[in-house]
Amino acid sequence: MKQSLFESRHQRQWRAFAEQLTQLEQGQAKAGDVADFPHQYRRLCQHLALAQERGYSSYLVDPLQQLALRGHQQLYRHRSQLAANALSFVLADFPRLVREQWRFVLIASLLFFGSLVGIALLVYLFPDLIYSIVSPQQVAEMQGMYDPDASRLGRAAERASSEDWMMFGYYVMHNIGIAFQTFAAGLVFGLGSVFFLIFNGLIIGAVSGHLTEIGYGQTFWSFVIGHGAFELTAIALAGAAGLQLGWALIAPGQLTRGESLRLAARKSVQMLCGVMIFLLIAAFIEAYWSSTTVITPWVKYLVGAVLWLLVGTYLGFAGRNRHAPD
Amino acid sequence: MPSAPLDTRYQIETPEGIDLPLRPAGLVPRVLAFAFDLGVRAVVMGVLLVPLALLGNVGIGLGALLLFLISWWYMVLFEVLNQGCSPGKQVMGLRVVQDDGTPIGWSASLIRNLLRFVDMLPFGYCIGAISCLQHPHFKRLGDLAAGTLVIYREQPLVRPRIPQATALRLPFALDLSEQRAILGFAERQGELSTERVHELASILAAPLQVSPARAAEQLNGVARGLLGPA
Repeated sequence: MKQSLFESRHQRQWRAFAEQLTQLEQGQAKAGDVADFPHQYRRLCQHLALAQERGYSSYLVDPLQQLALRGHQQLYRHRSQLAANALSFVLADFPRLVREQWRFVLIASLLFFGSLVGIALLVYLFPDLIYSIVSPQQVAEMQGMYDPDASRLGRAAERASSEDWMMFGYYVMHNIGIAFQTFAAGLVFGLGSVFFLIFNGLIIGAVSGHLTEIGYGQTFWSFVIGHGAFELTAIALAGAAGLQLGWALIAPGQLTRGESLRLAARKSVQMLCGVMIFLLIAAFIEAYWSSTTVITPWVKYLVGAVLWLLVGTYLGFAGRNRHAPD
Repeated sequence: MPSAPLDTRYQIETPEGIDLPLRPAGLVPRVLAFAFDLGVRAVVMGVLLVPLALLGNVGIGLGALLLFLISWWYMVLFEVLNQGCSPGKQVMGLRVVQDDGTPIGWSASLIRNLLRFVDMLPFGYCIGAISCLQHPHFKRLGDLAAGTLVIYREQPLVRPRIPQATALRLPFALDLSEQRAILGFAERQGELSTERVHELASILAAPLQVSPARAAEQLNGVARGLLGPA
């Protein structure tokens, strides 16, 4: 068949298909209109194959190829029901994922909490050590923040309620930024995550050891215990996600390094979504609950302990029953 | 269809058994697109932060949230919601797709943009640039992990008219690549100077058994003959 005849015979179908495509791409397609879309797409593929095989001109083949590509993108796109999956992710999939990756979670937790507790004890026993970890300016700043005489706690000594809002924004930006960094740096064979885990552990540990040692322990611990449950766990989990990336590169097993990295990245980004949820909760608690001084420290310790227990139970036991709600 | 050795096209084979070529974009257009995005972000931040700063503490809180959104989510939101194009990519005619040619989703976009942090190391996108230059499909580390590809968007083609000539039929058979070459010659004549057209056509003067001066006309006739009557 000559090219012109071929074209004039099928031109109308191609136009109709292009119209369907435009509708689909703009999300305006009604179910009835596109019921025959797969059929139309396969016919277009056949036409394209014929046109190539018969040596028709590239000004015919190329537009057909573009149509086929657009059709391919519509027919085979990966749909993610984000809203439908969100609930089952929070209720079951996220804690399951954390348990499934327990090796990385354990290593990350050991690195982070180990360096935190270790340096806190050291600074408590040898107070001068703080100055080799945190600069004197920052130490003074921290002392100002947690001075027992201040009425409200957190970044500034005196805070109005509008400042809660300000600190919420600040905590979201700062903490999720740190979590993202800790995760992404894991791509460097896991070394980056190890670095950030230990680094953050050292800073937090040194500050808490120092503040306890100079007698600001009450204000400091009652401030951090509540949101710490979510925040510190989240940093450790972000590190675990990063370690997972690094391990995929170090020991890819039967796969190529690229393939193994792709699979690990898909898993770890899910973990990171959970981390983001944790950090949003943490920022909320930190801005609106932890910073009040109206409530006595004992209540705060109690609530903090309940929150830690909650996080532990959630990660350890949520989604264990076989018929998890979905 | 044989592909030339220096071709950077990336073929995806669909379940229908056809090959769809994608054209991966190299380092330079991607850098320019990123620079454009950086500029857009700087301008948006500048414009929005001034009124926010006047709002006092609430404004500072909103500003921090905005900074967070723009620095970590700008690319992700645009890529997922705007057919794989951030504004910079839109301007440069680029687009991000998955390795199999399908539109990019949330998780892939999140991976490639979070790992941008590593591509930026140790300074000025060094690792990303090296990875991009040595990879056959110009992927940076984020693309490798997410399984994504930055390609040129397909531009709609304007079809040129074939010069008028009487349809001819050659006394010998042409193979497929010869047919396409002759059709290509006829269709793209408008882009060449007359001298070049004659120079190219005269190469075929001997097998066509015409004088070099008439070779171009002869080829157009053959092309007409191949297309057939409309």
